[in-house]
Amino acid sequence: MMNLLTKLLGWIDERFPLTSTWKAHASEYYAPKNFNFWYFFGGLALLVLVIQIVSGIFLTMNYKPDALFAFASVEYIMRDVQLGWILRNIHSTGASMFFIVIYLHMFRGLMYGSYRKPRELLWIIGMIIYLALMGEAFMGYLLPWGQMSFWGAQVIVNLFSSVPFVGHDLAILIRGDFVVSDITLNRFFALHVVAIPLILVLIIVAHLVALHEVGSNNPDGIEIKKNKGPDGHPLDGIPFFPYMVVKDAVAAVAFLIVFVSVVFFAPDMGGYFLEYNNFVPANPMKTPEHIAPVWYFTPYYAILRAVPPLFGSQFPGVVAMGVATVIFFALPWLDRGPVKSIRYRGPIYKGFLAAFVVSFIGLGYLGLMPATELYTWISRVLAVVYFAFFFLMPWYTKIDKCKPEPDRVTSK
Amino acid sequence: MNAIKKLGMLVLLMVAPAMAIASGAGVHLDTAPVNLKDQASLQRGAKLFTSRCLACHSANYMRYNRLTDIGMSEEQIKKELELPEDVKIGSTMQAAMDSNSAKLAYGVAPPDLSVIARSRSPDWLYTYMRSFYVDTNRTSGWNNTAFPSVGMPFVLADLQGEQALEVEQHEGHDIKKLILKTPGSMQPAEYDATVGDLTNYLVFMSEPSKLVRQQIGWVVLAFLSVLFVLVYALKKEIWKDIH
Amino acid sequence: MTENVDQSKRRMLLAATAAAGGVAAAGAGVPFVMSLMPSERAKAAGAPVEVDIGAIEPGTMISIEWQGKPVWIVRRTPEMLDLLAKHDGDLADPSSSVPQQPEYCNNQTRSIKPEVLVVLGVCTHLGCSPTFRPEVSPADLGANWAGGWFCPCHGSRFDLAARVFKGVPAPTNLIIPPHKYLSETKLLIGDDSVKGAA
Repeated sequence: MMNLLTKLLGWIDERFPLTSTWKAHASEYYAPKNFNFWYFFGGLALLVLVIQIVSGIFLTMNYKPDALFAFASVEYIMRDVQLGWILRNIHSTGASMFFIVIYLHMFRGLMYGSYRKPRELLWIIGMIIYLALMGEAFMGYLLPWGQMSFWGAQVIVNLFSSVPFVGHDLAILIRGDFVVSDITLNRFFALHVVAIPLILVLIIVAHLVALHEVGSNNPDGIEIKKNKGPDGHPLDGIPFFPYMVVKDAVAAVAFLIVFVSVVFFAPDMGGYFLEYNNFVPANPMKTPEHIAPVWYFTPYYAILRAVPPLFGSQFPGVVAMGVATVIFFALPWLDRGPVKSIRYRGPIYKGFLAAFVVSFIGLGYLGLMPATELYTWISRVLAVVYFAFFFLMPWYTKIDKCKPEPDRVTSK
Repeated sequence: MNAIKKLGMLVLLMVAPAMAIASGAGVHLDTAPVNLKDQASLQRGAKLFTSRCLACHSANYMRYNRLTDIGMSEEQIKKELELPEDVKIGSTMQAAMDSNSAKLAYGVAPPDLSVIARSRSPDWLYTYMRSFYVDTNRTSGWNNTAFPSVGMPFVLADLQGEQALEVEQHEGHDIKKLILKTPGSMQPAEYDATVGDLTNYLVFMSEPSKLVRQQIGWVVLAFLSVLFVLVYALKKEIWKDIH
Repeated sequence: MTENVDQSKRRMLLAATAAAGGVAAAGAGVPFVMSLMPSERAKAAGAPVEVDIGAIEPGTMISIEWQGKPVWIVRRTPEMLDLLAKHDGDLADPSSSVPQQPEYCNNQTRSIKPEVLVVLGVCTHLGCSPTFRPEVSPADLGANWAGGWFCPCHGSRFDLAARVFKGVPAPTNLIIPPHKYLSETKLLIGDDSVKGAA
């Protein structure tokens, strides 16, 4: 029996790099042994991706991308399809969970300088994934065709019309109509279930390839490849399989416990994962009293609203919002610090990072709120803090008093 | 572990706005007596719903035979809800009045009520159905403190009776009070209980699988907890290799 | 790497985790598989259908829809019923031994009342719907034809009790769906329960 399997494996290996791939990416891929809590979220993001793709495929079997039937087909899934409500709750919970996991994953990168040389490209690919994910989430949110779906899409698409000269035509091009309509729903559906998932999977593979090329960073921010043992393997590294796999499995189960708690006990999550107004079918004639994007977009939405119009044009706000998202791309070149990890950074960086986190969460909160004058002013202050974190980075990372990095990884 | 504490803070910061919104201003809402396990209440609510609300409102996503989930047999559903001959037990709840003529009559098309308890809160529905008052300025003759200038006439007036709005001045604030002027066929407490049943039913109808959802949830959580203990023990065991 | 590792404990833990993980995966699969089963809407559409058969002329057929499939109801004439017994030798399963009908229709005429045949109009070969040819000895079907159904797709032939002839592609007689009489002229197709939801 074993003999037969060995033979089969040999037969395959002559034709396909199975064993060598397994070795290169699992059993002999060395990861730093000092990974802490924050290093779980990349793997968890992969888990959520799989959950979203599988649940999405089964939802697509019952959903109808038609303005007349879309809302009803979601209720059809919730009631008539056997256990369809589980699939729908999984997918809607997964959307929010994806962003929670991704934000924590990105925050990990900020703390430990995971974007620094030689991981610039890894970071950039990751940022492309993030942008693609935002597009995916935005288009997916239109599909239930509730009031929030409709008006959220209406407002966001209208942002494009503030682009000088071509804006009006651009918005029409995106919608395929003069307002968000059945036509828009149909194309968003195509993009949400076919185009962007394909792109996402491809760039996620690229993200992993890039990661395995340069190797993982770690909480000490030092390169484990610099200290290799006589066998040629990093002294501070351990094989991904089985050690990291089993460690990630623990995190995955813990994460799933949180995930199913939402799916089975709080699928609305107090109106944040499923908004109350989205249980009212889309009505192009009547805007709900208060509309806000889903929570994961609200930090940028708050920045958009914080910027005052210039010559009656919303364009500066749109630009600010755009810059707030793409500024992350520049991080590898903005950071001039002599060390990568927050463990060895000085107080200035720590202060700026803390202020950034506060501003991000604060803006997220304000983006959900109606824009009162007080809130708008707080948003402005927070937006300045947000941008200061990036634009002042070349300066404060240089003057910061850093501690020396150790030669070998610490703890555990 | 320090990191976990930090994460806890982060989560707290994210949840805080939820609480702020939940406690948002507006009309004072009474707490609806929702209990999805009280099948007698749900059945009473279902009967009231089909006899009163379905005259104008539809529940397009709700099938009659789903009422077996609240302990009614198919026989009972047909008899007690007085299903017309041509309405099948598996069909969805259609309004008696078509939505266009209703729109002509009331100015707005009566909304479908299948998921009304998920867009409006149960407390709002409970308060709303007890907050109608006579208002001669309105063509329908009715107004509502929870839903000012509501299009719907008060169809439960024969049960509750007629209320009037009285505004009192109290330390510079207007205090609105609803006073029962003409009693209906029900005592106030009885009427509240009846509206409670109806609200309870609307909550059930907005997500019929809710109870099952929670039951399955406990099983899944229990199983995942066992799996967690096993995986954690396995991780500890395998990581004994690492020094 | 280390010598003092308890290999048996490790193997046991691994097996237990793998087993629990397997159960978890199977459990996670349940809603996905269940969602592929007929939904409440499909069940409602496939619910039993009431038919008034009072208006069917002797020797003619009506076709109604049940679960999206044609169900034929034929009122056979006494002459047609007489002919049924005369070609047993040409049939593949003249006594209906293959359970293609409810017990109460396992008789010479394959029906509850001899003259009224209720049959699912789906060929047992590849699912086409055969054509009703009640006439005797038409030119195209030959002198032996005593009335029945002819499947245009692959030439299967059935008699007026929907029994299949020998030497045609269809392997079995046509299916008799569950049905019952609510009154003299009212049939319920799709439900034959004694108590039932009448």
